[in-house]
Amino acid sequence: MMQTRTPKPGDVETRLRSARAGEDGLERATQRLMGRVRDQRLADVSYAAVDSPFGPLLLASTERGLVRLAFPEEDVDGVLERLARRVSPRIIESASAFDPARRELEEYFTGTRSGFEIATDWTLISDFGRRVLRATCEIPFGGVSTYKEVATDAGSPRGSRAAGNALGSNPIPIVIPCHRVLHTGGGLGGYGGGLERKRWLLELEGALTPRLG
Amino acid sequence: MSVNGPPPFQRFLDEHRVAVWRFLVASVGPSDADDCFQETFISALRAYPKLGRDSNLRAWVLTIAHRKALDVYRARARHAVPVAEPEQFERDSQPPPAARDEELWGAVEDLPQRQRSAVVLRFVGDLAHREIAAAIGCSEDAARRSLHEGLAKLREAAPA
Repeated sequence: MMQTRTPKPGDVETRLRSARAGEDGLERATQRLMGRVRDQRLADVSYAAVDSPFGPLLLASTERGLVRLAFPEEDVDGVLERLARRVSPRIIESASAFDPARRELEEYFTGTRSGFEIATDWTLISDFGRRVLRATCEIPFGGVSTYKEVATDAGSPRGSRAAGNALGSNPIPIVIPCHRVLHTGGGLGGYGGGLERKRWLLELEGALTPRLG
Repeated sequence: MSVNGPPPFQRFLDEHRVAVWRFLVASVGPSDADDCFQETFISALRAYPKLGRDSNLRAWVLTIAHRKALDVYRARARHAVPVAEPEQFERDSQPPPAARDEELWGAVEDLPQRQRSAVVLRFVGDLAHREIAAAIGCSEDAARRSLHEGLAKLREAAPA
């Protein structure tokens, strides 16, 4: 510091610095703050971790609905940073904001729900992506389609590859069922969350027969 | 949508809430710190999207906290309560603060406003002279002087 001598314990400077120790009341103040931010809807994006058979999923919502669903291996800080830049930096953690989504996902994963009712926010999806994913949302639970078909439905019959890219960058997988789109030749194609998960989801929905062994 | 905005608010809050809390407890005392803490972070949240990526977030939020602390001092002065009384009230209503150096913090409270702000921002908020100057709204030299004068008074009022 600006002192030339070394401060001894008991010096005014040392005593002032020791005020940094006390944190009684900080947790309560933080919880009260978060409650006010939620009640007055001061944040633009909320997020929370939600359990699933794949591990904890990161869910993020705006006022309009679910804007992002990230698989466990995705870097949480990175996902939140991108949301800060592309949606709003007013992002807070809020477990209670996801009670309906948590319930619907749990029902889906246990086989008692075949469609989602929670609202979605398509802010992160490009124009062409919207057309492709809108077509994807039309594929029913238990059904499948092909890259070529959804490209055609999106208005680009020759855009299979572009449709594949749009599906691969689906920001809300599972809820927007991009796992139901397969290769035109019958192969599984790709999946942002990994092919094992795509197969698992299709088996859960009864669209694929479980492999033996 | 800004390319170079601040980090997610939750991360900003997690990183700076301890510094803000300690600063407020030192500035306005434990009983007013909670309300000031709310006001500080709610103001910060409202203004948040306008910040740039390279903003000094710690100095920024301590500047807001400093303004909220001044509001508390102004309100106390308006209610024309003798200086000792709110403190007395605090002592009665709070559980005995384990290690709060009452002699010293009483003396801090008695400092002129600018000296008090400079001392608390420096030693509790850990801000550099330049950041203290920005928070108070004075020159760096003036901040340095206020800090020096405040410390001299404290040494006299609360000797080790």
